Amino acid sequence: MQSRKLPLTWVGMVPFTLFALLFLIAPTMYIVVGAFRTSDGGFTLSNLVNLFQPTILASYWISIKISLATALVGCLIGFALAAAVTLGGLPNWLRGPVMTFSGVASNFAGVPLAFAFLATLGRLGLVTVLLKSWFGFNIYTHGFNLLSFFGLTITYLFFQIPLMVLIITPALDGLKREWKEAASILGATGFQYWRIVALPILWPSLLGTLALLFANSFGAVATAYALTGSSMSIVPIMLYAQIRGDVLQDPHLGYALAFGMIVITGLANLAYVWLRVRSERWMR
Amino acid sequence: MASLEIEHLEKSFGANRVVKDFNLSIEEGEFISLLGPSGCGKTTVLRMVAGFESPSGGAIRIGGQDVTHLGANQRNIGMVFQAYALFPNLTVAQNVGFGLRVAKRPRAEIKARVTEMLELIGLPDLGNRYPFQLSGGQQQRVALARALAIQPRVLLLDEPLSALDAKIRVSLREEIRDIQRRLGITTIFVTHDQEEALSISDRVVVMNGGVAEQIGAPFEIYNQPKTRFVAQFVGTLNALEAEVADPARGALRVGNTEVILSEPVTAGQGTPVTLAARPEVLALGRREGNDTVFTGRIVETHFLGSILRVRMEVEGQLIALDTFNRPGNPPPKVGTEAEVSVASRDLLVLAD
Amino acid sequence: MKSKKLWSWLALAFGALYFALPLLGTLEFSLRARRGVYSLDAYRSVLADPQFRETFSYSVVMAIFTILVGALIVVPTAYWVRLKLPHWRPVVEFITLLPLVIPPIVIVFGYIRLYNTSSILPLTGTTTGTNLLLMLGYATLSLPYMYRAVDTGLRTIDVGTLTEAAQSLGAGWSTILARVILPNVLVAVLSGAFITFAIVIGEFVLASLLNRPAFGPYMQLTGANKAYEPAALAVIAFSITWICMGLIQLVTRFSKHTNAKR
Repeated sequence: MQSRKLPLTWVGMVPFTLFALLFLIAPTMYIVVGAFRTSDGGFTLSNLVNLFQPTILASYWISIKISLATALVGCLIGFALAAAVTLGGLPNWLRGPVMTFSGVASNFAGVPLAFAFLATLGRLGLVTVLLKSWFGFNIYTHGFNLLSFFGLTITYLFFQIPLMVLIITPALDGLKREWKEAASILGATGFQYWRIVALPILWPSLLGTLALLFANSFGAVATAYALTGSSMSIVPIMLYAQIRGDVLQDPHLGYALAFGMIVITGLANLAYVWLRVRSERWMR
Repeated sequence: MASLEIEHLEKSFGANRVVKDFNLSIEEGEFISLLGPSGCGKTTVLRMVAGFESPSGGAIRIGGQDVTHLGANQRNIGMVFQAYALFPNLTVAQNVGFGLRVAKRPRAEIKARVTEMLELIGLPDLGNRYPFQLSGGQQQRVALARALAIQPRVLLLDEPLSALDAKIRVSLREEIRDIQRRLGITTIFVTHDQEEALSISDRVVVMNGGVAEQIGAPFEIYNQPKTRFVAQFVGTLNALEAEVADPARGALRVGNTEVILSEPVTAGQGTPVTLAARPEVLALGRREGNDTVFTGRIVETHFLGSILRVRMEVEGQLIALDTFNRPGNPPPKVGTEAEVSVASRDLLVLAD
Repeated sequence: MKSKKLWSWLALAFGALYFALPLLGTLEFSLRARRGVYSLDAYRSVLADPQFRETFSYSVVMAIFTILVGALIVVPTAYWVRLKLPHWRPVVEFITLLPLVIPPIVIVFGYIRLYNTSSILPLTGTTTGTNLLLMLGYATLSLPYMYRAVDTGLRTIDVGTLTEAAQSLGAGWSTILARVILPNVLVAVLSGAFITFAIVIGEFVLASLLNRPAFGPYMQLTGANKAYEPAALAVIAFSITWICMGLIQLVTRFSKHTNAKR
């Protein structure tokens, strides 16, 4: 191997680097730079300042709320499901189907997912109709609306929960049986074991998944758009409308809007990296 | 009163009986080894004592108290696992103090006890390290300290040395035995390594197929094995096919050689029996006294350092003998004729 | 012990209900097109729609090209990084994970501005150019999945030894990649390929903003204009995803089988 060691090893990286630069980094940088530019090319902060108007702030806020809610609830339920399947003493054959289904459901996002929930919880959806005809309970007169914060959250969970299951199951498998046994023979209760040993060990994976789920839902356009049209003013939909038709009547405000999205998902991931470094002192 | 009593212990997984009518009474401060091949049930016995498996039948008593149906976290037992099982997210000191922490002992007491334990295992300065920063031997010593910190009534060691290098294995087993003697703690040690079991135990339980085949002191297990399994599993054994020649005189016949035992045999004339001898009781050449002498041919020699192992063909059967290395005594040539002598009282007759 | 099992079953039952209801609801809704009786009218109407066939085949072709290009970029890179530039790994891994962090809508926004008709590389000026851009965009979106699948596959084989063995027999780099490395990570590439397929078939934002007649925007349009057809489309889309995942399972199982024989 030594004799064949080329001084030009970097040449092998050219295709990938070129691809990443042209179709991932440059486009993103273009948006970032555009957010700080005036229409004649000078530097400015006014685009960012212009983000601070009630409608835009409100849409950021609802986007963050939905993403946080779906990420947190998705993490919680996904964790419960994964724990039930891996540690809960359920029959072993259940595991395969649950994992396969999670693989399917986590990729079942976008337009068809919206249709599925419309057909289920929409005004004429199966569950809505059944609840009305069986129990005389109309969820729509009791404040439920699929085209709302709550409705969108419930829909997003359909891909958020399985994603959590997929990511956290290997981490749960990584918990050694001996740790649980060592803790219990040292006198620890199940709760103490989880608090002092298991959760701290899982913490990095949990945080990582949380950040990923947040970004996943923050950037999702298709589901919301197909579900609500443009009636639900979350940031990605506002940006979508802006790209299509410059509804903000200020192209550079569009850049700022997109930049804001990068900043928020970026911050979520930075927080994750920071917490992870802090919680992983015990790792190699 | 016995410190730990196990009576008629049974364990079945489905139709598979892995532990059958296991009985053992251990004295206070005694060091007992469960020795056997993998799958013999030794680990299952240990796990039932620990409380990780519930017995299908029988009883376990610690210090007179029936703990058969007590949870593992209420038994006050210390345990060391094969793969260390240190909590990776806690420092050495936190690992050692874990048992006291969950028992909600005062901080000062935990600190003092941790210091004491780390000194006991000879690692007083490593309290702030994380497990991954330690060598295997150090990790296992920390695991021992963690198990002892709660002042358990019984210490269980589940193949604690098998993940370690050969050298550390020997030094650590002596250290474990030393600490165990100093604290006088009742200990059960599970291993598949017979040398390990013989060298550090007060008594050894040889297990096979879920049954305790023999319980006794190491000397007894090695020199007076009660069953063929024990004889063959513990140490190396030469087995020669023989036939009873004269029961009253204790005479057997191996091929053309007559062997006189020190005692009469019970089996009738002409019965095939197995004659057994450890390699170290056989000697090359003719010795004084009324030894049995075989004549054979050297097949191969292995120089093992302090010991020279010689394989010979005797009466059409292969045997091995060990002699100590002596610089002036080079190994015999392969293919040459040689005589082997053995004293009558060193021979065993195995029941089939 | 007992209560733990009970809670596990409860959690599972809750999950099963939450995930089964929308699927059942969609299926039931898709069969409701004819008043009073269940029928396959919605499916018939969807399948008869020439636009369905056009957009669907467009997306399938896109998916295939995306998979080819993605594999062509990812396999040599992952191999090269493992073999020669291990210290680059964190960087490459970070880049491949970026598409999970940067929202796709932001990436496509950048494409539209960066490659518009007045730029140096006016990809959006022609249909072919836009198709190319869309395909590369899809490759970007699937990069995290493709890279991870291939890298995991490479981990199981000893890249260095295989390469040296091939070199000692006189093989060049292209031969090594095509004849030695690729067959060994084929299963990984395939599982990455099926995920890519599932992503591309239903993708909406990129296709919609680049104005290409793909399946995603077609579904959205149908949803806005029709009643029962969307549900039928959702059932079809879900089946496609399901088939893709089933195929991944199948290939991995198949590979385990051959590994065991080895």
